[in-house]
Amino acid sequence: MAQIKVPVVQNILEANERLAALNRQRFDKAGIYAINLMSSPGAGKTSLLEKTIEALAGRLNMAVIEGDLQTAYDAERIQKKGVQAVQINTDGGCHLDGNMIQIAMDALDLTDVDLLVIENVGNLVCPAEFNLGEHDKVTILSVTEGDDKPLKYPLMFQISSVLIVNKIDLLPYVSCSMDAIRKQAHQLNATQQIFEISCRTGEGLEPWIRWLEDRVRAQKKRMG
Amino acid sequence: MHEMSIAQSLLTIILDESARHRIKQVRQVNLQVGAMAAIVPESLNFCFELLSRDTLAEGATLSIEEIPVVARCRDCNLNYPVENQVFLCPQCGVPSLELISGRELSVVSIEGETGDDDGSN
Repeated sequence: MAQIKVPVVQNILEANERLAALNRQRFDKAGIYAINLMSSPGAGKTSLLEKTIEALAGRLNMAVIEGDLQTAYDAERIQKKGVQAVQINTDGGCHLDGNMIQIAMDALDLTDVDLLVIENVGNLVCPAEFNLGEHDKVTILSVTEGDDKPLKYPLMFQISSVLIVNKIDLLPYVSCSMDAIRKQAHQLNATQQIFEISCRTGEGLEPWIRWLEDRVRAQKKRMG
Repeated sequence: MHEMSIAQSLLTIILDESARHRIKQVRQVNLQVGAMAAIVPESLNFCFELLSRDTLAEGATLSIEEIPVVARCRDCNLNYPVENQVFLCPQCGVPSLELISGRELSVVSIEGETGDDDGSN
């Protein structure tokens, strides 16, 4: 038997990167601005979406792709707000990938959609490795999770252009320092936009909504 | 975790390349994994072992070379090692989002046996 060693040099995630690039082309062609919304379970992804939908009602057309391990609860919450939402159940899979988004897009009517929000599976590790074709990655960190999370999950926080710190109404009751979060976020990604909000009280939501509207406008301008 | 899907993509690459190079039994797969990649080597090994059963990659060793995180400053063009997750240029303090290395997740080479007679009996 002959022994051989063959050079390969191939990115293991290349298949996903290709699909993500195709998704991006599709978003751009349709003039859609897309974000990939990520966080640990319970940080407030769906709550933020509900608040965002309420604030943008009548101003922007939104569509939502909901990733979830098992249930359709989140998609139902979104549909109740009058926005089209499609559910992807990953059957225990810990992240969404480019292929799932491609399939989900076929189930949506993308005509006149300005903003597509992809709510990833609740997890601060795995979704970071899989591009979906989104224009921006947005990570939510809730103050109840503790102020050490950015450095514990550096990839997720490094690649996100936006960090939303949620549940700030609970700051007086938990030992979580906003300064510590800001400092860690700064060393990981000093260009990151940080929004400090409370989905429960509505505090701090306005700057986030304005930022989103600016990005949607910029995308429309770019794509003519 | 996502090591299962990574292991699945890895196995697909190995089986494709093995077919192209007429490898009958894979012995070792050499990988580069960046220090910033969210991969646990033990978990990748475990998933690969499960998935490669009854394939020609069964029993193959995954040899993982860890690649350090190096960033590039877009202002002064300095390439610098990122220590303690600080992505700020040590020379001018400007944030760097451009990584030269550290996010690799690549197959470098595959070692194995072909069915060919190598003349050594």
